[in-house]
Amino acid sequence: MTPELGYAATVAALVLAVYGAGAAAWSAVKGRADLQASSERAAVGVWLLITACMLLLVYAFLTFDFSVSYVASNTNRGTPFYYRITALWGALEGSIILWAWMLALYTLIVVARYRRTQPQLYPWVLAVMLGVSSFFLLVMTIPAPPFERLSPIPPDGRGLNPLLEDSGMITHPVALYLGFTGFSVPFAFAMAALIIGRTGDEWITITRRWTIVAWYFLSLGLLIGGWWSYHVLGWGGYWAWDPVENAAFMPWLTATAFLHSVMIQERRRMLKLWNLTLIILTFSLTLFGTFLTRSGIIGSVHAFSQGSVGQFFLAFLALVVLGAFSLLAWRLDRLRGQGELDSIVSRESAFLLNNLFLVAATFTVFFGTVFPLLSEAVKGTKVSVGAPFFNLVNIPIFLALLFLMGVGPLIAWRRASAENLRRNFLKPVAAGLVAAAVFRLLGVGNALVLLCLALVVFVAGTIALDFYRACRARRRTGEGWAEASWGLLLRQNRRYGGFVVHLGVLVIALGVAGSQAWSTQTEATLNRGDAVELAGYTIRFVGLEPSEESNHFKVTGTFAVTDHRGPVTVLTPAKKFYPQEQTPIAAVDYRLGFWEDLYLVLGDFARDGSHATIKIQVNRMVSWLWIGGLVLTLGAALAIAPEGRPARRPQRHEVPA
Amino acid sequence: MSPRARALRWAIPLAVVPVLVLLAYGFRTDPREIPSPLLGKPAAPFTLTTFEGKPISLESLRGRVVVVNFWASWCIPACYDEAPSLERAWQAYRDRGVMLVGVNIQDKEEPAKQFLARFGHTFPNAPDPVGRVSVDYGVYGVPETFFIDRRGRVRFKQVGAVTDEIMRVQIDKLLGEPA
Repeated sequence: MTPELGYAATVAALVLAVYGAGAAAWSAVKGRADLQASSERAAVGVWLLITACMLLLVYAFLTFDFSVSYVASNTNRGTPFYYRITALWGALEGSIILWAWMLALYTLIVVARYRRTQPQLYPWVLAVMLGVSSFFLLVMTIPAPPFERLSPIPPDGRGLNPLLEDSGMITHPVALYLGFTGFSVPFAFAMAALIIGRTGDEWITITRRWTIVAWYFLSLGLLIGGWWSYHVLGWGGYWAWDPVENAAFMPWLTATAFLHSVMIQERRRMLKLWNLTLIILTFSLTLFGTFLTRSGIIGSVHAFSQGSVGQFFLAFLALVVLGAFSLLAWRLDRLRGQGELDSIVSRESAFLLNNLFLVAATFTVFFGTVFPLLSEAVKGTKVSVGAPFFNLVNIPIFLALLFLMGVGPLIAWRRASAENLRRNFLKPVAAGLVAAAVFRLLGVGNALVLLCLALVVFVAGTIALDFYRACRARRRTGEGWAEASWGLLLRQNRRYGGFVVHLGVLVIALGVAGSQAWSTQTEATLNRGDAVELAGYTIRFVGLEPSEESNHFKVTGTFAVTDHRGPVTVLTPAKKFYPQEQTPIAAVDYRLGFWEDLYLVLGDFARDGSHATIKIQVNRMVSWLWIGGLVLTLGAALAIAPEGRPARRPQRHEVPA
Repeated sequence: MSPRARALRWAIPLAVVPVLVLLAYGFRTDPREIPSPLLGKPAAPFTLTTFEGKPISLESLRGRVVVVNFWASWCIPACYDEAPSLERAWQAYRDRGVMLVGVNIQDKEEPAKQFLARFGHTFPNAPDPVGRVSVDYGVYGVPETFFIDRRGRVRFKQVGAVTDEIMRVQIDKLLGEPA
């Protein structure tokens, strides 16, 4: 029964979404309020129906309804309770439901928020959003039906991919998809602005905040993905430049570029064409990401070839890209900028360079990701592009971006005077140089690491200097330091939210540099009772313990860790044997620390427990990534919050003289 | 607007066409498709004990066309899809000297037996308790099916579910060859 109900709800939602998109567009053309109201009811209906689909599927998972093929493929009777709910997005079909549901939710928010305030843009925005929803519902109806019936009904299911049985997998896809789908709102506003020809500034203002929302979730998704990779996959890293990681990273880069260039448009009325291009690119890249993951055209640890889904996504991607850029070409003469660049030494040019580097990074990541395909098409040879390429080209770009992060927010608009430069940058530059010298004397030999440290100190210096001056200015009105700081953060939340994000990025940069430069590892085969030493730790192999879990068999190793002061901890890395998996899954055990993590992966072992191979890593400063990530998301949240004092907007970028 | 500017404006959407074409080309290739190195090589010998407790070895089947099918009861839906085709092929070809052997891998005995009972399989099926046979044959996932000629060489490998058509074409081809 469940398959039929679910399928019926899917088809009904598809019909409603297509109708709603058409009705909204027609209401905009003819100015018919009744049709617009009807399309709004359709949007509500779509959301209700997709919600029903999700609840039905969750119900099927909880009751082990193996007549639903998707349930049988992604759970078995041993799957723990929580993972039976999150198995909903454990594979393609369910992920598409989640995606469509979030899109429908965003559509409802748009309806509630802009129905009255944006009478001209709004119907087209609704039409585009429902159009995008229609595509995802079409995917749910034809190439990837989540409610496909399985006959005959098997006695037990296959089980969830064991790597997904982790808390990271509960939150990572949700955050990532909230980010991906979130970009459809700015995209819809951009399309609406192009269609009605009002390419002025109002859509940009609305779009900026929505882009930060999507950017916030995407950042969170990327971070949780890194954390999952680090503590589940057992290779001790958090980022591998895998095509699927790249697919999520590219829209993040273009969205970051947009968030910066939009400030130039707001301030100087420049770059309209460029900003629209960035929005279109960002939205297209979210589709491209899904296409890449689900089409199976690129080899990846995460990629799975799944029937004709890839063709559907490529067709839709082509429609979006060609349609959006054609609209752009059609409106080209309305997109001429009003301002122009006065000087190379100005905030505009710092932001332009920032955009140039971010887009260059996007391009190199894109190029590296599709290069295997290009090589096969042109030369007929299979190649793979790995981390060395991406690191080689991207490290200089990211260092340049760090530098601009210090320059951009403080340099003057239009033309920076020598006085402006001296006032804002002399001390931070000196601090950066001193820091480099000190770290060199402390024995840091790696030039790239030194450069990174110097840049981080420089940028932190500019932020501290700006904050200090702004606080001092507020203190003249009689506020205390704490009061002044809070006041700044809350009242000028957009500017200082941005600074907090920058601080988060600095902490992440330190984490990346530190973990790359100073981590160390070893591998040893130990007899029971023997010990190995690494970086001041002594790791003793105590024994092996087999156990039967609800859905797998597990062998747990016990390792006692001591350092020169005495016992530190006992770590228990394990190997899990799932009946449906060819190879055992390593369950890492670790002790996280501020400066270093101790990270143990169990390798081969003797059946009688007499000896075992253990991989030991001491990963330095990886925790800084998670701390920096937290700071970054807090900053983004601060920047999303409603503006504290709109009345004084025009002066808010100026540093009090 | 000058003709040049007009031409230029359409360059924007057209610029993405090559990228789309390249991505479409991707459907024609499979990054995971690596031809099995076993093709044309002698099939690795094995001796297993069937679920009924009878021994079965590849050596004793020399001179006959042998089809070896790797499966598991949790393999949904592919192994369920192909199961009826296997039994039909067995019924059609058993009298013509063809041997079909099912190798059950990474499975538990109880669900495996239920699977065989459900589909009424009558050809020999044996568990591969330590996975040695599946390693020898380089099995990556289930189901995979190997077609072995009368001289004991692997001639064809099917990844994913077999169909009546595949069984008929491959077996007929090997039966048509002289011993």
